[in-house]
Amino acid sequence: MTLTLTHLVALLPLILVCVTAIVVMLGIAWRRHHSGTAFATVVGLNLALFSLLIVWQVAPLETPLLAVDGLAMFAAVLILVSSLACATLAHAYLEHYQGPREEFYLLLLCAAAGGLVLSASQHLATLFFGLELLSMPLYGMLAYTFHERRSLEAGIKYLVLSAGGTAFLLFGMALLYAQTGRLDLAGLSAGLVQGAGAWGVAGAGLMLVGLGFKLSVVPFHLWTPDVYEGGPGPAAMFLASASKVAVFVVLLRLVLSAPAFQDAWLHDVLAALALLTMLVGNLLALTQSNLKRLLGYSSIAHFGYLLVALVVSDGLAAETGAVYLITYLITTLGAFGVVTLLSSPYGGSDAAGLHHYRGLFWRRPYLTAVLTVTMLSLAGIPFTAGFIGKFYIIALGVEAGRWWLVGGIVVGSAIGLYYYLRVMVTLYLVEPGMQSRDAPHDWGIRAGGVVVLGLALLVVLLGIYPAPMIDWVRAMGTLTS
Amino acid sequence: MTLVWLILIPFIGGLLCWKAERLGEMAPRWIALGTMGLVLLITLGLWFQGEYHLPDPTASSEAARWSMEWRAAWIPRFGIEVHLALDGLSLVLIALTGFLGVLAVLCSWNEIVRRVGFFHLNLLWILGGVVGVFLAIDLFLFFFFWEMMLVPMYFLIALWGHSGSEGKTRITAATKFFIYTQASGLLMLVAILGLVFVHHANTGEYSFSYDDLRNTPLSDGLAMWLMLGFFIAFAVKLPVVPLHGWLPDAHAQAPTAGSVDLAGILLKTAAYGMLRFALPLFPEASQAFAPVAMALGLIGIFYGAVLACGQHDVKRLIAYTSISHMGFVLIGIYAGTELALQGVVMLMVAHAFSAAGLFILSGQLYERLHTRDMREMGGLWGRLGSLPGFSLCFVAASLGMPGTANFVGEFMVLFGSFAVAPWVVATASAGLVLAAIYSLLLMQRVHFGPTQNDTPLAGLDRREFFMMLGLLALVLLFGLYPQLLLNTTDAAMLEVQRLFSAADTLITTLPTGVA
Repeated sequence: MTLTLTHLVALLPLILVCVTAIVVMLGIAWRRHHSGTAFATVVGLNLALFSLLIVWQVAPLETPLLAVDGLAMFAAVLILVSSLACATLAHAYLEHYQGPREEFYLLLLCAAAGGLVLSASQHLATLFFGLELLSMPLYGMLAYTFHERRSLEAGIKYLVLSAGGTAFLLFGMALLYAQTGRLDLAGLSAGLVQGAGAWGVAGAGLMLVGLGFKLSVVPFHLWTPDVYEGGPGPAAMFLASASKVAVFVVLLRLVLSAPAFQDAWLHDVLAALALLTMLVGNLLALTQSNLKRLLGYSSIAHFGYLLVALVVSDGLAAETGAVYLITYLITTLGAFGVVTLLSSPYGGSDAAGLHHYRGLFWRRPYLTAVLTVTMLSLAGIPFTAGFIGKFYIIALGVEAGRWWLVGGIVVGSAIGLYYYLRVMVTLYLVEPGMQSRDAPHDWGIRAGGVVVLGLALLVVLLGIYPAPMIDWVRAMGTLTS
Repeated sequence: MTLVWLILIPFIGGLLCWKAERLGEMAPRWIALGTMGLVLLITLGLWFQGEYHLPDPTASSEAARWSMEWRAAWIPRFGIEVHLALDGLSLVLIALTGFLGVLAVLCSWNEIVRRVGFFHLNLLWILGGVVGVFLAIDLFLFFFFWEMMLVPMYFLIALWGHSGSEGKTRITAATKFFIYTQASGLLMLVAILGLVFVHHANTGEYSFSYDDLRNTPLSDGLAMWLMLGFFIAFAVKLPVVPLHGWLPDAHAQAPTAGSVDLAGILLKTAAYGMLRFALPLFPEASQAFAPVAMALGLIGIFYGAVLACGQHDVKRLIAYTSISHMGFVLIGIYAGTELALQGVVMLMVAHAFSAAGLFILSGQLYERLHTRDMREMGGLWGRLGSLPGFSLCFVAASLGMPGTANFVGEFMVLFGSFAVAPWVVATASAGLVLAAIYSLLLMQRVHFGPTQNDTPLAGLDRREFFMMLGLLALVLLFGLYPQLLLNTTDAAMLEVQRLFSAADTLITTLPTGVA
């Protein structure tokens, strides 16, 4: 096929992000300037976000490797928004970091580009390429403050285990290729339509393992808490938001398109994994006294809930997955945003121990309000976006009659309440005598503070009036090719 | 629009209180008092304006059921609306909320000295959520308020509570309360969604509207499961005995205003939910479940009463008496005769007054003695001015002395249920004896007996005195002239009774089925 102007327009967000990465790289080579680099990054990401409005006119559109459809655009919006939030907060975080600060944005942009490719991929080659482009910079981002032992450990741990996951993924792809002789998703589903066969199912299963590792689905979750705890705030934030969204979207695409993933046996495995993930994630979070670890376990549990959308995979499933992703994303960004703000400017390890947060309300009421709102949202309490997401997931489970999963969600939520409440009440207790970590005094008027406040406002707004979000998701859903 | 304002006023008032803290300690208190006073006045205004009298039996059309209604689209995707409606039952309970709200503000006037603004924010938001629960007839909206009111209550207990006896901290109590109610609430959400999807399968439309869902045809088994989802959520809040674990702790650790709200209003939301949703939505299943529910009610009456006798903590004692009283409410609800249902409303209002009175009194005792342990009290009759006198009155009300509203309520419940379940009533009446025992025990241990000390303590000041006097006047008013209340709620209760007994005839005499 020939590449026309329309194709270029459709790929505009990806191109813009890549261009920004190159500009940033050249800029660093020419002269180091922290705020300038951050500014260029934010401008580039914003341009990419706005270019989606133009892409909207030409979508849906397909190239052999990438599909620009509703799902891809939906994921692109989420990835770009979370990258923007990460870049903004990274600026506050790295302000007083002694080492080189500018490369962080370069890595961030590369990872964002990887996420865009991954979520739009409709060929196993782009899937692999996107996944690696997303993961490679993350190793660097996680180990960015490598003078800290934990940060380095997080980076290396993620590198080694991620490589293991990738090996599974590749092997699965090879098996699928052996079965069908095709690598594009359409060809795969055509080849598997008469029945996947043993190799096909094994291949799909192995791919599931590889992707499940990235989503930290139990039992592939062991890396999550350590990496979340050790990585610098903005990097952990990116890992929890953009990276997971991209991987989940590609998994959704696989499950919706390829019949090998609709195999009854695989479905049961997926359902069992979902149940296991939500219960184990919540149970392990109970005893944590480190907020970042706790958020790590909580994200495991949330992806357990999200897997329900994959298990059901018809009716409301795509809409549910999308709505839940949005609510999870803004909530997680908000929570990590507060942690990052409190840890910035960089001064050794992050302020993640719960004791750092004791009595925060009486010093920083608005920042505490943000963290409270995000905790309530993660727990799925009404008036927050998280409730809408939980409502959707339970509705989906009830509609499909998956009572075990519904029971798992109810039990998981009840367990989850315990640790969310523990964090919340810590914020309001009497201040301790010792000096705790604190955000800068003018945090509210700085870019990072504005982002965090905006996210909290969004959480509440979407909780009270979710209709626009639902309409948008449905509009995206109609844009399939 | 008045209905929307009824919900919004407490929420806005709460925010104002929080912001007004910088003007000094008194500003939030006065704002909160004004807010709740306004809610009470609006409700009373509606009461006098609206025509609540015995309904015309010929005109039983759907439109005539609500005396006020307000609706607006909210989440069109699922047919969810902001649908508020007022009838006699909700009016009475909202008026009760307003009145107890005023009392809750007044009784924390001196008790709460730290973070006054934030305290009143939480207090008013609870009350706003409760008003929302009483007004919402869209099931999604109902669930929304039902869950929402837990959060400020959690803060109220966790931050201003007393870290009470035997190593039980207020945070544990608050967390227990939250998890119990939230988890059971999720079961209700599952049941609501089950109902909605059955409705969707039948009609092809999503709707959370009470009127639409009420006529959903359900298979017997499914109706029973869905009904249980609702019942468990309400049973935790009421509380019914195996699910009551949170209540004594929450009451014992909560500040006075929190206890007043919990006993006075929050428990009533559960009974309201049964009357409004569980029975009308699933009349056949409820009818089939009635013997179990009544048995649970009986267990509650005795369990609560016996455990109340063994308590040393005044507030725990009153908390257990609440369990006992709510047993009567449960029996009345599931007896389903008109008299019993009217009695349930009466008993709910009466218990709100008497329990609130007792909790406020024990709060006042605590302010003076700095203990709630009855072993350290005794012989207070002559040392406290008029406080013991008021205690005697409310204790008498709590044990159901004729002349008090509690007597009317309990009598009507028992009388109304007798035709349906004579043995249950006979056994429950024995529970009244236990009520007398624990009430008198409370009186004896606190106010009579040997004195620990002879120094006189501060009597009631004017604020406290008029609070108690107002409560007592209401207890006596409804005890001597209950018709005032009964007229208002009659139409609503008649509707519940009609649905419930229709299901009964449907079960017993299937082919004729004349309701």
